[in-house]
Amino acid sequence: MSTEANNTEHIIDIQNLRKSFGDNCVLDGFNMYLNKGENVVIMGKSGSGKSVMIKCLIGLEEPDSGTIKIMGKDISKISTDELNELRTEIGFLFQGSALYDSMSVRENLEFPLRRHTKKFGKIKDTTQLVMEALENVGLAHAIDLMPNELSGGMKRRIALARTLILQPSIILYDEPTTGLDPITSKEIILLMMSIQKKYNTSSIIITHDVDCARVISNRMILLVDSINYAEGTFLELSTSKDPKVQAFFK
Amino acid sequence: MNNISRIKDVLKSFFAEIGELSFFTGRFFKEVFKRPFEFKEFLRQCYNMGNQSLFLVAVTGFIIGLVFTLQSRPTLEEFGAVSWMPSMVSISIIREIGPIITALICAGRIGSGIGAELGSMRVTEQIDAMEVSGTNPFKYLVVTRILATTLMIPILVFFGDAISIFGSYMVENIKGNVSFLLYYNQVFNSLEFSDIIPTTIKTFFFGFAIGLVGCYKGYNCKKGTVGVGIAANSAVVYTSMLLFLIDFIAVFITNIFVDI
Ligand SMILES: Nc1ncnc2c1ncn2[C@@H]1O[C@H](COP(=O)(O)OP(=O)(O)O)[C@@H](O)[C@H]1O
Ligand SMILES: [Mg+2]
Repeated sequence: MSTEANNTEHIIDIQNLRKSFGDNCVLDGFNMYLNKGENVVIMGKSGSGKSVMIKCLIGLEEPDSGTIKIMGKDISKISTDELNELRTEIGFLFQGSALYDSMSVRENLEFPLRRHTKKFGKIKDTTQLVMEALENVGLAHAIDLMPNELSGGMKRRIALARTLILQPSIILYDEPTTGLDPITSKEIILLMMSIQKKYNTSSIIITHDVDCARVISNRMILLVDSINYAEGTFLELSTSKDPKVQAFFK
Repeated sequence: MNNISRIKDVLKSFFAEIGELSFFTGRFFKEVFKRPFEFKEFLRQCYNMGNQSLFLVAVTGFIIGLVFTLQSRPTLEEFGAVSWMPSMVSISIIREIGPIITALICAGRIGSGIGAELGSMRVTEQIDAMEVSGTNPFKYLVVTRILATTLMIPILVFFGDAISIFGSYMVENIKGNVSFLLYYNQVFNSLEFSDIIPTTIKTFFFGFAIGLVGCYKGYNCKKGTVGVGIAANSAVVYTSMLLFLIDFIAVFITNIFVDI
């Protein structure tokens, strides 16, 4: 099989992923891969299991069966320490930003730095790294604010900065533009693209936003009926005859 | 028939809850000895808890001491036993009233706070974010909070007791003109180690229960903002019940040992 032969080039490889909550079967044999430098967009209806899939990928949910390989390592077979080391290579932008309410912006950004000591050793002065990450998202002046003083768009940017601070080679975006106004959404999309260019990252982007998918995707996967229902470039899928696929592009 | 099946459901969920809580407790004891010890977060929690509830504990303690003395004075006077006042106050406050009132207040203040905070962190995926950042959220959030309540509740109880006795002294001073030193002297004279040690041990369990139930409810919070409210609320309700249960068991055990 061709996917088997190319395995070494896939930095992420998910095969036959199954996950159910009680009687609710959310994923029933989901497959996907991600090549280096590629942007894969995943679309699916709300509640179709996109977040569950991406949480299985990063080890926040345990799949019922299936294999998940990140950079060639099967994440169900490695220790917690190894998993954490792998996680420094993967940035995760949460659906609702997930900034720590009780910490300032600076402390939010320092948190992953101080925690992933394996990658960075013990850093005494984090200010420079924090500033660099904040400048990347254009919010250097917000360094001493608390999350409840930020607007939705700013929160998303700070969350992105927190993700970037570990200089990951893979970034997972869970609905990066959901809940934002169209203008802010566009800014976030541009930001994602500039980051992609600057750090040469590979990413998986979950989104409902057709515009976002058009500009950012190299390849798209539609999650329908608990599986990877359709796959292809934006052009291929948007001209598809299948009504289930068409529904996404209306 | 319908009623029977409903009772069945309630019992089932009750025992499921107890099972999960025991599992949670087991996890606490498994993780508490593992590295790294989140000492900074532990201190921050201790400080916050003390800061939040010190004033509340002081005010209620003072009023309880005051009212308790005012209410029991006439009866003692009738028997000509007012001189027993200090020892009665000290024994009842230190053995029973102080610990349980302070613990109930802290359940309302600290326990619900933990439930709401962890609940909203769960709902907004902050706990997941922590795990992705290479931190064990159970250690960082749960273990530190449970240890902090276990340490802080006894301290707050001690403090509340002292204020309570001071409130009682105020009444005695106004009504019977006793000096501060004499009153406290009498209070401590009537206390023995067998009064203080069991009650102090008990307060550690109170603290543990407050932290445990608050964390359990918050950490396992259901999705949605409604879930956060339920977590905070049920944390207080379950903790209060548990406090009385612990109190009962503690008194029961103490009695066995005192009799011997
Ligand atoms: N922790 C959980 N417990 C039970 N059910 C869950 C849990 N997480 C997600 N689900 C269910 O899985 C389904 C997919 O959820 P999710 O992946 O969040 O959808 P989305 O595609 O919108 O991100 C939903 O039906 C949700 O109710
Ligand atoms: Mg989702």
